Amino acid sequence: MSGVRIGAEPSAVVRRVILGAVAVVFAVPIISMIVFTFRDGLGDGQTVDHWAGLFSPDSARTYRNLFTGIGNSVILAFATVAIVLVLVLPTMIVVQMQFPRLKRVLEFICIIPITVPAIVLVVGLAPVYGVIARVFGSSTWTLAFAYGITVLPYAYRAIQSNLDAVDVVTLGEASRSLGANWFSVLWWVLLPNLRRGILAASFISVAVVLGEFTIASLLNRVNLQTALLQVSQSDPYVAVIFALLALALVFGLLLAIGRLGSAPHRRSTP
Amino acid sequence: MTRTPPVTGDSTVPATHDTPGNKSRPGAAVELINVVKDYSGHRALNGINLTIAPGEFIALLGPSGCGKTTALRALSGLETIDAGNIRIDDTDVASVPVNRRDIGMVFQSYSLFPHMTALENVEFGLRMRRVPAAERRSRALDALAMVGLAEKGHRFAHQLSGGQQQRVALARALVTRPRVLLLDEPLSALDATVRVQLREEIRRIQTDLGITTLFVTHDQEEALAVADRVAVMRDGQIEQIGSPEELYMTPATPFVADFVGVSTQVSATIVDGQVMVQGVALPLLGDPQPDGPVTAFIRPEDVRFITADATRPALSAHVVSSSFLGSQRRTQVRFEDGTLMSVQHEVGVHPGVGERVLLAFAGRPVSAKPRS
Repeated sequence: MSGVRIGAEPSAVVRRVILGAVAVVFAVPIISMIVFTFRDGLGDGQTVDHWAGLFSPDSARTYRNLFTGIGNSVILAFATVAIVLVLVLPTMIVVQMQFPRLKRVLEFICIIPITVPAIVLVVGLAPVYGVIARVFGSSTWTLAFAYGITVLPYAYRAIQSNLDAVDVVTLGEASRSLGANWFSVLWWVLLPNLRRGILAASFISVAVVLGEFTIASLLNRVNLQTALLQVSQSDPYVAVIFALLALALVFGLLLAIGRLGSAPHRRSTP
Repeated sequence: MTRTPPVTGDSTVPATHDTPGNKSRPGAAVELINVVKDYSGHRALNGINLTIAPGEFIALLGPSGCGKTTALRALSGLETIDAGNIRIDDTDVASVPVNRRDIGMVFQSYSLFPHMTALENVEFGLRMRRVPAAERRSRALDALAMVGLAEKGHRFAHQLSGGQQQRVALARALVTRPRVLLLDEPLSALDATVRVQLREEIRRIQTDLGITTLFVTHDQEEALAVADRVAVMRDGQIEQIGSPEELYMTPATPFVADFVGVSTQVSATIVDGQVMVQGVALPLLGDPQPDGPVTAFIRPEDVRFITADATRPALSAHVVSSSFLGSQRRTQVRFEDGTLMSVQHEVGVHPGVGERVLLAFAGRPVSAKPRS
């Protein structure tokens, strides 16, 4: 009597079917979006006017809010990455090297945001942002504080997997025994060996920030996603074009992360 | 026995460098005085005292958890101490951070920086001391040549074998001409052949440079083979320190007798200050003990096969097993009362399993501890 083993690897045919189905699920909306951007109104005709219009001087005023949103999102991406690199990364290194017993606590804290829906997060953040507005003003970049929390789980995992793969404790001790101070240990030894994790955390943070809508919308800030929504109400073609471009950018970032993970060891001489 | 560090003129030795306070370096005197280290209730170092003469090679030997690595790390500055003093050349360095202690260290795990070549690894310590680039490169190449890896400088750690990585780590630790060299079980991750080669190389280089060296190991053969003196540690204290010969021939305590060398533990009795083993009286090593049952530690080389001879007493036993050890053979025998004992003898003698043999003790003093 033959039976199907539980946990057995699916056959090549089944794998292809699953892969095909997933590809269709992802491809259909993307292809639809691309096709949509070439549609000429409600007729059957095709046009490149919607794409060409982006570069028209006349449209600069029309899409001003969208460009503001893009600019804000870029600033937010940089600010969020800065928070990750300045706060999260050093904290994780210190915990790994000096307080290994706190690793579980840090992991728990960093994973929490992924369990809290953005809408719930905003409810808690609203009064906090009242204070932030009084201290730092209501500039859009202040959203980076909230985004710093939102990207924590992703940034943590990317950096921690790299930390686990490198014996930072021994490398740190070896470099200190050779006369390096803590800054030199970090700069010449640890950061080059954590390069992959740092870049992965940064790219994932950028991807998350570029796709964030809920927090910005509910806190009345303009970013790429809120601007896209606004533009879509007057010009759905341009909104879809920018959504596609944002998708392509994020796809490129994730591709870069994948390449980093499989890249051969490269030299980084102090 | 202390080997006097020679003044070297060897061209393969990195030139003495010019970091402040280190104009000449035949090796520093090191003292650990009543050093105490606690880990959340557990006392890892319990008032340890150790004096190392300039240029001396000391091995810290002991079982896992005895505090030997903690002692080494305390000396390096990687661990702070809770009490006591650590002196290097009469200067108390207990509060000096590790990067200012001017020590060289080789770790158990391969600790080469993976993103640098072997040459860049060796240059690292000099770079931290702001040695000019040309001198740095020259000295790093000399150091690599010293460990026999002059041709491998361009390779990364993952392109080197374990033994080669540890050689690079040794060159990296020595290139700055530190006052003290600390070796934290540097051979334990290597295979047997490479271990022997590298330990001999370490000893040769240490003798050439005359650098004061502290070597931590749990391998007694390694410790006895390379060190001027061996300190046997137990429960955060030094149980005995002495030359390898002293430790082996005259262990101060049953623990040392048991830990250093190979011993067979057999039931015995103290009678009038002598140890009675299988009815034979043997001199007791160490302090006198009251009469009563003890466990005696008999070295395999202190027992030998004899042929039947009416003029001298012989013990009778049966062969249980026999192991070929290369230059010698070790045979386990069982006495009539079931006591097992090992006998070390020439390879040419090969008694068969179950064969009846006659034995005699060499008559050397044996260690014994009261039997509970």
